[in-house]
Amino acid sequence: MSMSDVQIWTVIVLVAIGTFLIRFSFIGLIGDRDLPPWVLRHLRYTPVAVLPGLVAPLVLWPEATGGNPDLPRLMAAAVTVLLGVMFKNLLLAIFGGGATLFVMLQVMAG
Amino acid sequence: MTTTKRAFLQGIRDSLPFIVVVAPFAMLFGVVATEAGLSPLQTFGFSVAVIAGAAQFAAVQLMADNAPVLIIVATALAVNLRMAMYSASIAPYLRGVPFWQRAFMSYMLVDQSYAQGLLKYETEPDLTPSARVAYFFGTMMLNMPLWYGGTLVGALLGNRIPQDYALDFAVPITFLALVGPMLKTAAHVAAAFTSVLLTLVLAFLPYNLGLMVAALVAMMVGAQVELMVERRRA
Repeated sequence: MSMSDVQIWTVIVLVAIGTFLIRFSFIGLIGDRDLPPWVLRHLRYTPVAVLPGLVAPLVLWPEATGGNPDLPRLMAAAVTVLLGVMFKNLLLAIFGGGATLFVMLQVMAG
Repeated sequence: MTTTKRAFLQGIRDSLPFIVVVAPFAMLFGVVATEAGLSPLQTFGFSVAVIAGAAQFAAVQLMADNAPVLIIVATALAVNLRMAMYSASIAPYLRGVPFWQRAFMSYMLVDQSYAQGLLKYETEPDLTPSARVAYFFGTMMLNMPLWYGGTLVGALLGNRIPQDYALDFAVPITFLALVGPMLKTAAHVAAAFTSVLLTLVLAFLPYNLGLMVAALVAMMVGAQVELMVERRRA
């Protein structure tokens, strides 16, 4: 990373202020008036719209392999999602995915 | 014991299962952040100022990629936009709560305090405003210091964790584990799919702009699919 300390603190402070304002929006500022349904309908999908896109390049083109797709990481990702969908359990998915990665890296190395 | 105190203790008790998730997640953030180049103080400061795991991971990831400050901030805030919905849905229960307490509650409004608080308010509609606040504070009383402390421990130990554990993949796995349980409806699946497809197609765009475009389109796709499913049902 080539960011300066000032830049890093700038990110931290801006994200902190922005995040607080998002959380404070209705609790403190707008009160309990209802949001238009179309806004709520879009907000409902923010996490599933942001997180998968953020991760996709990291899964497909991992830096650790020089940007080449790699079987252990692809399988670990698939197992993580599958466990999460099937059991709705964050911890299980994390540990399942991690274990898959660990085992596959050993297998491929040996 | 007053009802307020009882609500506070109940909030703590109901939050106990989450400790198992928060502690390792916090340590992981500490490790990943210092690995990306943040100092332990910056890493700790980030957790105290923001308390939002997914957004912090996203920001650190982009910092490691040397993305511009504005793009990093915009992405992290996009990850946190869901909290506007939390805020909107919990606000009607907080009539009569003093302003400064609302401000504190806002700072502590994370996925789990929201989910736990709302469930409590819905099942016990007769709670007084002060009991509601007390319960909500209770849900964060252990998790908040754990998030701070875990981050610091991870940041301080970070350099001592050997490289060959493929830690590069800790963030993708954590995010994917968060997404899995969210794929509840066809609309959620469609949004997630759009997000993945478009980010990959738009990967040539500078500054991670592809992600921003993909996220916006994915939100619209989710909303439209939801409408279509509703119409078909009607």
